[in-house]
Amino acid sequence: MTPSPTHRLTSGGRIDRSRPLSFKFNGKQLQGYSGDTIASALLANGIGTVNRSFKYHRPRGVMSAGVEETNALLTVSGGNGDIPVVRTTVRALVDGHLIKSPSGFPNVNFDLGRVLDFTHQFWAAGFYNKLFKWPSWRWYEGTVRRMAGLGKLPDGEDGNKYFHHNVHCDVLIVGAGPAGLAAALGCANSGARVLLVEQDHELGGSLLADGAQINAIDSDTWLSRTTSTLEDAANVTVMTSSTVSGYYDHNVLTITDRSTTGVVRFWKVRAKEVLLATGAFEQPLVFENNDRPGVMLANAAMAYVLRYAVKPAHVMVVATNNDTAYRVAFALHDNGVRVPAIVDSRENIAEEVSKEAGERGIPIMAGSVVLDTVGTKALTRVSVGRLSNDGRSTVDPTSVIACQGLAMSGGFNPNCSLYSQAGGSLRYDAQLACFVPDEEKACRQRVTVAGAANGKFSLADALTEGARTGSTVTGEAGFACLPAEVATSALSSYHLKAMRFTPTGDTSRQWVDFAHDVTVADIELAVRENFVSVEHLKRYTTVGMAVDQGKTSNLNALTLLAELTDRSVEEVGTTTFRPPFMPVPLGAIAGPRHGDFYAPARLLPAHDWHADHGAVFENYGPWKRPEYYTTNGRDRETAIREEVLALRRSAGLFDGSPLGKIEINGPDAGEFLNRIYVNNALTLKPGRVRYGIMLSENGIVIDDGVFARLADDCYLLSTTTANADHITAWLEQWHQCEWPDLNLVISTVTSQWAVATLAGPNARTLLQEIESDIDFSVQALPHMTLTTGTFLGMHARVQRVSFSGEMSFEISVPALDGRQVMETLMNSGGDRITLIGIEALTILRTEKGYLHVGGDTDGMTNALDIGFGGIVARKKTDFVGKRSLLRGGDQRKDRRQFVGVEPLNDNEELESGAHFITSQREGRRSQGVVTSACFSPTLNRVIGLGLLEGGFARKGETVTVFDDGRTFDVRITDPTFYDPGGEKMNA
Amino acid sequence: MLRIDCPWCGTRDEVEFSFGGESHLTRPTLDASDAVWSDYLFNKDNPKGIHYERWMHHFGCGRWFNVARDTLTHEIHAIYEMGAAKPDLAVKDPDS
Repeated sequence: MTPSPTHRLTSGGRIDRSRPLSFKFNGKQLQGYSGDTIASALLANGIGTVNRSFKYHRPRGVMSAGVEETNALLTVSGGNGDIPVVRTTVRALVDGHLIKSPSGFPNVNFDLGRVLDFTHQFWAAGFYNKLFKWPSWRWYEGTVRRMAGLGKLPDGEDGNKYFHHNVHCDVLIVGAGPAGLAAALGCANSGARVLLVEQDHELGGSLLADGAQINAIDSDTWLSRTTSTLEDAANVTVMTSSTVSGYYDHNVLTITDRSTTGVVRFWKVRAKEVLLATGAFEQPLVFENNDRPGVMLANAAMAYVLRYAVKPAHVMVVATNNDTAYRVAFALHDNGVRVPAIVDSRENIAEEVSKEAGERGIPIMAGSVVLDTVGTKALTRVSVGRLSNDGRSTVDPTSVIACQGLAMSGGFNPNCSLYSQAGGSLRYDAQLACFVPDEEKACRQRVTVAGAANGKFSLADALTEGARTGSTVTGEAGFACLPAEVATSALSSYHLKAMRFTPTGDTSRQWVDFAHDVTVADIELAVRENFVSVEHLKRYTTVGMAVDQGKTSNLNALTLLAELTDRSVEEVGTTTFRPPFMPVPLGAIAGPRHGDFYAPARLLPAHDWHADHGAVFENYGPWKRPEYYTTNGRDRETAIREEVLALRRSAGLFDGSPLGKIEINGPDAGEFLNRIYVNNALTLKPGRVRYGIMLSENGIVIDDGVFARLADDCYLLSTTTANADHITAWLEQWHQCEWPDLNLVISTVTSQWAVATLAGPNARTLLQEIESDIDFSVQALPHMTLTTGTFLGMHARVQRVSFSGEMSFEISVPALDGRQVMETLMNSGGDRITLIGIEALTILRTEKGYLHVGGDTDGMTNALDIGFGGIVARKKTDFVGKRSLLRGGDQRKDRRQFVGVEPLNDNEELESGAHFITSQREGRRSQGVVTSACFSPTLNRVIGLGLLEGGFARKGETVTVFDDGRTFDVRITDPTFYDPGGEKMNA
Repeated sequence: MLRIDCPWCGTRDEVEFSFGGESHLTRPTLDASDAVWSDYLFNKDNPKGIHYERWMHHFGCGRWFNVARDTLTHEIHAIYEMGAAKPDLAVKDPDS
């Protein structure tokens, strides 16, 4: 049997008593209602201590009723594993919720870690830099991190779904409190597309716990009428449970939308005009032991009583420096909470509030401050002292008041995070003792701030300003709009005294930042150690750096820093607000782009056919390509070796479709390519093919491949597969930006053609058996030529180029015919023909000594380093990167140059990535790297390629190689191990 | 995130475009000195204020064009075709 909640009021509030919910907190069965947050449900059950503090493991209770919560950040199970750091003050309670305190060993009510609190003098700001010097910080790190954790990340798959959305609007109103609602009400039916975004699941903001009269009706009724008006207005879109987390350039804002259970939607909004009605955060008072369970912000106490029908405690003292806390005291009193005293640091209290207090019999202790609190799991009493005349100390006697809770108000600080992110400036308002938007300095974005976010803390001012600015911004967006009529008779006085710190007491027990356990003493220490810049103070003490980002601690820290360094708060300034305002799940940023949607896979036109033939696919850039074929159940190594040998012995068929193919058409195509390639493109005759390399303007090799001249004004370029898109874009840039006068068109035709490469000594014979009008003889189609014709009745381009070193024919046909070509060749060839995967081709090209750009070259390899010196010297005209090759440094003889390597001992394992090293005498320095290495099935020994300092002149030399601790000797050779004369290739 | 008015396709979001760095660079000829060449390669303008740069509408028409953008406020002052002269903009002092 679940015990009935001890702190729940029998009536009132916005909870639905007909829908009870049961949940567990640290294993204990409890009860709440629909409409509760997790925090309100815990308070309703009289749970005082919900968590332990980050550093000192002090007991902590709920301190707010909003996003500024520093203490009640708990672990919540919601069907998707345990989610840590849930702000239970804003998260709706769900039936069956399992809620856990993340810290506390053995449990949250008795935590051995509390020893840190009793020895707190050792753990001041920066303690790890001072105390843990010996033997080293690493020695302590594990223990410290374990003790300071905020919970554990869930294991396994994230069960949430994430989506991305984009939306445009004329007016974006952030925040649906009094100001935001008054603004939205005005522009309803104006014709402007209005988006009203509220992070709570209900509209209303402070009106959800107010009870004032608006337009002569009670605020609850006004709120429900306003909500229906807005929901009915066709031009207004209302989003709840949605937090605007970032404000970016050109009025783009991001929204994290949790309005659907199990789904997080990430919105990007482009708004013509933005109205920020983001409200304000109440600031805590600072006195000894101000962090005990039971101490909470005054407006939070009001929210619990009026919105959730929960008494935070049966007896609550109210401490304040302004008038707003009186309304809180009255609300508490009127709902059965005994208020033994209002402790007010001001000497003169306005009659409008003192009179009402008197009517309720609540004593006011004017000119007094809270000195200290007592109680471990829950508050038992507070001591109060009278301020001396100068306000710098207190005078005896001290009064002691028995209570179970304390509601404190240090006044409000506007929530200017988004305004700041937009580029807006803030100024310190000494009267209000807080930072408000600086109206003197225009913000670069189309943004307006209204209501409490603009320092208008009273309901009347917020409504008026909201209505006025709503009409103004709608007008700015180009729509006629009159301000909504809103008026209230609610108490609107503020009369803040700029004093939040009790001047006496042990400062190491006065908390400024509850979330990170930063005390007044920590800030004093930082100032003594000269961390007087606000940015330094923040990083040294970590004040304001916790998950709440200092919503309740920054202002107090700045005020204190100003006072300790004899500066004005204005001079001290604020730290920078950066997105996100509230944490955004990484999943929301990734959205649907994960798994198969991370990067779309590109499939070969004959993909299924390869799969049927035992292809094992691997990712090569975006392409899925056969790595090798498991014919007859061969293992990987055997398959690759047999594929290599089969091609050298008879013939191999390779699918080269992903090869980048670019056509350049136009009268200036030759001139353009002549400026791009290191090689001469103009002297190439139609029907001929040339191997070429492209350089960056800095002389570095960026791509290689063959290019063919199809006609006088038409060239076909082949690029490496991975670079195809990049090279097309790069060519476009040169054409459009540097040489727009050249008359040509660049088109990518990669996916228009399927390419079947047939290579090996029997390749010609096999092709001659196929129906075609193409003459495959060496006289008609020698190496490095291209012809077109009909092949199996299809239009085909046949290119004599070779990457394997064997006689090779590259047959290109329209993409969808690719499968038929592969199939016919295989069927016709029978056992004379073998399918070849990428791995075999890699070995074949290494045997032939053909380099792979990006594998055998790096970001420092220029054209000269790979043996293009002769071609560069012969070409007199300019090309991209040529001027760089003329620099002294590019021509040095000791640059890393392309060579072949073979171990002296045939059985030595050579791996790419191994370093060529200098001798012991020369200091064991790297002089290059092995870039490719393999066991050559053809040569039956290990071979490799590499980049070696001065390599061209060192062929035949023995060099030591270092590989992961092993050293052994290799011989430097010419890169071409197989058929150096090219007889086989040219056959 | 910027909003860029492509001269060919109209106003689109920044995500559709690629940035190409400083514009109006003059490519030195082969007889340029090492100093002139390295200045062209490596020294790029980085003003606090208006920057003349090139952008390409990658997920659109694929055309390159010039943009005069304030690096401090991200305000776009002018968009003009490749090869056109720098527009005459009264450069505001960003600190004023």
